[in-house]
Amino acid sequence: MNMLVCVSRTPETTAPVKFSADMSEYDGSGVNFIMNPYDEWYALVRALEVKESQGGKVTLFHVGGAESDAVIRKGLAIGADDAVRVDAAPSSSMFVAKQIAEYCKANAIDILFFGKETIDFNGAEVGAMAAEMLDMPYISFAIDMQLDGNNATITREIEGGKEVGEVQTPFALSAAKGLAEQRIANMRGIMMSKRKPINVIPAADAADKATVVKYAYPDAGGDVVYIEPDNMDELVRRLAEEAKVL
Amino acid sequence: MVLVYAESPQGKLKKAAFEAVTYGRQAADAMGVQCAALVLGAADNAGELGSYGAHEVYQVNNDSLNNFDSQVAASVVSSAAQKLGATLVVMMHSSSGKALAGRVAVRLDAGLVTAVNALPTISGDAVNVTKNVFSGKAIAEFSISSATRVVSVAGNTFKPVVNGDAASVQTLDVDVPQGRYTVKEVSTMDGVTPLPEAELVVSAGRGMKGPENWGIIEELADILGATTACSRPVADVGWRPHHEHVGQTGVAIKPNLYFAIGISGAIQHLAGVNQSNVIVVINKDPEAPFFKAADYGIVGDLFDVVPRLNESLKKYKAENS
Repeated sequence: MNMLVCVSRTPETTAPVKFSADMSEYDGSGVNFIMNPYDEWYALVRALEVKESQGGKVTLFHVGGAESDAVIRKGLAIGADDAVRVDAAPSSSMFVAKQIAEYCKANAIDILFFGKETIDFNGAEVGAMAAEMLDMPYISFAIDMQLDGNNATITREIEGGKEVGEVQTPFALSAAKGLAEQRIANMRGIMMSKRKPINVIPAADAADKATVVKYAYPDAGGDVVYIEPDNMDELVRRLAEEAKVL
Repeated sequence: MVLVYAESPQGKLKKAAFEAVTYGRQAADAMGVQCAALVLGAADNAGELGSYGAHEVYQVNNDSLNNFDSQVAASVVSSAAQKLGATLVVMMHSSSGKALAGRVAVRLDAGLVTAVNALPTISGDAVNVTKNVFSGKAIAEFSISSATRVVSVAGNTFKPVVNGDAASVQTLDVDVPQGRYTVKEVSTMDGVTPLPEAELVVSAGRGMKGPENWGIIEELADILGATTACSRPVADVGWRPHHEHVGQTGVAIKPNLYFAIGISGAIQHLAGVNQSNVIVVINKDPEAPFFKAADYGIVGDLFDVVPRLNESLKKYKAENS
């Protein structure tokens, strides 16, 4: 089973979000970057479990500059066999999807893994785009995936419930909480990761069709109104009359 | 024209579909064009899309469309958009919508922005839209440069507005390809509004001390008709199911009213709930960071406060029903 796990580099979840003075660019100075949690905790780990149970190869795929190598190394330490880094800034979702599609056209992939979304742009766009470029089925929000040969039974989250469906390789999926349990790299994994290759390749041409032109901060909320713990009638009155939410 | 794809899971359009068509109509008015709505497969209440602003309502009738397959739906929606000459395709930012929007954008060679939170601003050929990014910690304005554009509309953001009569549903003839994903089973929880759509959410965390104490939370949710949620630590230790976890790495929600009970308010939790309209925080620790994000704060022992709140709410409901 040849598996490609597409991973994104995102600011740590506790990092403050700041921008350049003219608000046109994200300012990552002083920010600790991590592998997007959905990519690492669920997509990568499920791919590793498949490899452990029935053999195969797990390759990480990333679009970004050399500053991403630390994030990629972590994925190798957790257990991926090797990595491919497209040496270009991930300027838009369409650009990134195109890089993935071009790679997969040249390298047969059985299962293409994504996280359900990134925690920076919250787009959930790239997986669907790459799957379309590759004419592959794409199952989003997978919380369980069982393989029997080339047949996969996948449970995905839908609004207020679950759906179970079947598909054959090759296919793409996006991973949500429940697909696997987060793994921590051990010392052996960290040592071995240093000898695993990160293959740096040039970007394929692709036009951006939607790009960020400006950022803004949301309006700061007003002050909190404290209500005495023994006066819940007052809270209910305020929710009904002042906030008008009851 | 503007084409709105309205999802009809289990054969029925729900609130998010009416939000999307409300958005589509307002965008169409701003662009000076017509708004059409599209349903795939069964949709009992498709005519209602007219009430929410669609000038025309189209249906592609094919039983294979009753279950969602992103590959098939993308082909059908794209064909419809081309046939009808849509320059803006509007979708829902739902779990299926997220699998579909990127595919349709590729097929239509279109710029895509998902989860938009405002109507597009149009100047000449340039269409700009905004969305929340960094889990609500910032807003990004995107410029879409392509001739056809695809957007998906963030849930609980645009109130559905009735501005006309129900429309008659016209059959649209487009090719429906054979899918490669087969749905075997769909299970939904009856009577519970899913978290992303919920207007009222009651959420609790580690302050509850154990899963056996959740009775007062469920009672509060029952009185309000609210959906229950929880913080990450509580889902991780198995006190509550994973699908209840709200926050940056769980479900992001945007209810009208959010109760945070025994949740300290870590930045990752706030990121998933800070777009709630009104936030009520109940915590015995006056230093809990959540109070900074709250509209109403109660410093007290939740095991005293919540039962008292339940009694007050029951009284209010009895007097106002």
